[in-house]
Amino acid sequence: MNPQPRVIANELQSIVGAEHVREAEPPYPPGVVMPLLLVEPGSAEELALVLRAARDAQVAVLPRGGGTKLEWGNAPRSAALVLSTRRLDRVIDHAWADMTATVEAGCTVARLQETLAQHGQRLALDPLWPERATIGGILATNDSGTLRVRFGALRDLILGVMVALPDGTLAKSGGRVVKNVAGYDLPKLFTGSLGTLGVIIQATFRLYPLPRETHSLSFSLEDVAAANRLMLAVLDSPLAPTGLQLRVAGESSPQLDVRFEGVAAAAQMRRLLALAGDAEHTEAALEVWALRESLWQGQEPGLVCKFSVLPADLAAVCEEIRRVAGRLRLRWSVIAQAVGVGLLRLEGPNQEALAAALGVLRAEFEARAGSLVLLHTPPDFHGRIDVWGDPGDALPLMRRVKEQFDPAGILNPGRFVGGL
Amino acid sequence: MDVRIIEAFRAVVGDDGVIVEREQLRTYECDGLTNFRVMPAAVVLPSSGEQVQAIVRICHRAGIPFVARGSGTGLSGGALPVEGGVVIGLARLNRILEVDIPNARVVVEPGVINAQVTQRVAPYGYFYAPDPSSQSVCTIGGNVAENSGGAHCLKYGFTANHVLGLEVVLPDGTLMQLGSKSLDRPGYDLTGVFVGSEGTLGIATKVILRIVKRPQIVQTLLAAFNSTDDAGAAVSEIIAAGILPAAIEMMDRLSRDAAEAAVKAGYPDADGLLLVELDGPVEEVELLMEQVSAICTSCGAWEIRLAQTEEERAVIWKGRKAAFAAMGRISPNYIVQDGVIPRTALPRVLREIERMSAAAGLRVANVFHAGDGNLHPLVLYDQRVPGQEQAAEKLAFDIIRLCVEAGGSITGEHGVGQEKKKYMSAMFAEPDLETMQLVRCAFDPARLANPTKVFPRPRLCAERSGPYQPHPLEVAGIAELF
Repeated sequence: MNPQPRVIANELQSIVGAEHVREAEPPYPPGVVMPLLLVEPGSAEELALVLRAARDAQVAVLPRGGGTKLEWGNAPRSAALVLSTRRLDRVIDHAWADMTATVEAGCTVARLQETLAQHGQRLALDPLWPERATIGGILATNDSGTLRVRFGALRDLILGVMVALPDGTLAKSGGRVVKNVAGYDLPKLFTGSLGTLGVIIQATFRLYPLPRETHSLSFSLEDVAAANRLMLAVLDSPLAPTGLQLRVAGESSPQLDVRFEGVAAAAQMRRLLALAGDAEHTEAALEVWALRESLWQGQEPGLVCKFSVLPADLAAVCEEIRRVAGRLRLRWSVIAQAVGVGLLRLEGPNQEALAAALGVLRAEFEARAGSLVLLHTPPDFHGRIDVWGDPGDALPLMRRVKEQFDPAGILNPGRFVGGL
Repeated sequence: MDVRIIEAFRAVVGDDGVIVEREQLRTYECDGLTNFRVMPAAVVLPSSGEQVQAIVRICHRAGIPFVARGSGTGLSGGALPVEGGVVIGLARLNRILEVDIPNARVVVEPGVINAQVTQRVAPYGYFYAPDPSSQSVCTIGGNVAENSGGAHCLKYGFTANHVLGLEVVLPDGTLMQLGSKSLDRPGYDLTGVFVGSEGTLGIATKVILRIVKRPQIVQTLLAAFNSTDDAGAAVSEIIAAGILPAAIEMMDRLSRDAAEAAVKAGYPDADGLLLVELDGPVEEVELLMEQVSAICTSCGAWEIRLAQTEEERAVIWKGRKAAFAAMGRISPNYIVQDGVIPRTALPRVLREIERMSAAAGLRVANVFHAGDGNLHPLVLYDQRVPGQEQAAEKLAFDIIRLCVEAGGSITGEHGVGQEKKKYMSAMFAEPDLETMQLVRCAFDPARLANPTKVFPRPRLCAERSGPYQPHPLEVAGIAELF
């Protein structure tokens, strides 16, 4: 890789205009110290030309949307050119009568939702930091939130993509209709690929109506096993919650947040209370559904991990976290969705203890067919432990996929699973 | 086919697992799309994932193309054999391996019949949501290959939304796990790419499915209109009201008459029939069904029936599910198409199909998943009349082109297969198709898995450094191996 992006500065200026090439300001991703060049293409065609120029000069590219998740993934082996989608921020088409929308990668989640709300619709996804996170960024990182229990993740909502590949190819896959099986499903392949196969330029989603009514309750349970039981009972009932979230931290009582939406929200709430018996509960504030963001702040330096287990294993892994954190004198906090995907914060002054806890817990999660991925670390922690964990026996195939799409290896080199 | 290869297959699956007699091979020469037929060189019937792997290895070593097959109900020629190739029939891999109710997961082998999954979990109050019309005979493996939909995918999604992981045998014989029982396994979503790849990326030998809790109540409404235009307007208004039905199906006069003749569902004598199904919590369904009913009335429905019991619902659905087969009663031959259009284009596209039908002098019956814009126009013709088959094929293609021009797709659930690969270029530009085939080059550089399907032209895979190289045909290697 060529560490010096200035070799193509002139070429980039001729593609996007001199005013759209400049020095990138920090923060940079972990491990990257040198000043980077920033390029902001204004069209799909410009973006594709930028990628090809970088490929020809062997300059490593770091695609960036809102920059909220730059620290996710391994530290890239090389990063010289930041490719920002900031100027590609249009909502191209809100086909509200067809309940689909096509939007450019640089549009923030919040702005897309505002546009869709004008016709009473939404992208049924509530990812982290919607004011700053972009559509391209949430797709690349496969971020999801509390609505997942009802509406699925991005892979279930995306209908089509346009991407640019390092050789300058602009390609579309999928479509703009809600049903389509023509050709391979590249929208799913690109979702969660962390900018290592190509750069997402625009995407089409299926939409859902905004609910007319919303009710949320928080239950306070005596222990995490009881909270997990109530969660499973709700899942096993005819109730149709649009949010079902478990919050556990240290020695305080576990909380189970439940949300219902739509015309029968109140009636479902009554049936939920019958199901929950005498469990203590309160009306929940809207903020409980955004509490995941609070895990990035703490009293001491800490780690934030994304984990995934089977829903029925949530209590057991929380108990394991409690045991390990107790032994290593770490503070901990978990916010998990009923689909089994959650976030864990571990904090304490001792980095060895943090690394040790991570190692033990990852083994525990992986033994349960789950995973534990590091999202945030204290400064200097990166490099102590693998971010991703066991990639499984499909890694050689993933490597071949990477080699086909990015044979020169210029896109986020090393940042993804298995050093891809 | 080289007798040593046949012997090698027999060594893996036993004598009763290899078919080479011409008469027996005939069963496998086509799938549900019967106008394409190719005689395979052999059919192999493994009964375990290990046997599948061993057979694929033999094929790979000898450079023999193979086509995986479930029940052969596909409608696009996806399971059509390849000249000189092997058909690997997966019907004997028919075990349900694991039922995990607390986590709503079921692990099955690919030969398990779709409806058996629901039968198995129904006592616990769950069902497997994707419900193609052939669900009583089609296999999960076939559903995975085609990313099958069904009437209820408007609300519940397609096969891809219900497959969480796979064990697959790659075309070079490598066995690996994609995805897992838990969500968001780190790495590329290769499960998502494999589902719907129509047998061109390998063979699934285990499938991890997500099952869904039965809704508290299901209600089905049947509304009769004077035209499909009126019925289409009702569909648009239902969606615009923010109502997401479990299914919305529409039938035109021809389809209605054929279905009625076939199963005597007692349908109203209407030019446009709409079937709307709502499910969910009882309060929600009852309230929204009142709104749906009011919308239908305001759009001109002159008869509305609301099925409340399981029996009443079954009668309404019976005619719809029998619609394709019923065409045999009103026409000797027909072509089923599977185009998708944006819902809003429905009235315009239907009128255009009517015009094209009149111009071609051929009848077109329309049965479709109106909620998601998936049309199934049935072009009726008589093979015995010279020129009519060609005219029907041209009309079918023109209808598909119309769908693409309206912003839609050439296939909503039947797959591209053999039949529609010539249409792919109507929907995708060359760079789009080349980019998709990069996936193929990663999974199957030697192009042995169902090699002639989906894409109009194969992409030549670039040579790569590293441990993986496209396998050359090593005839000498066969002698060594056996």
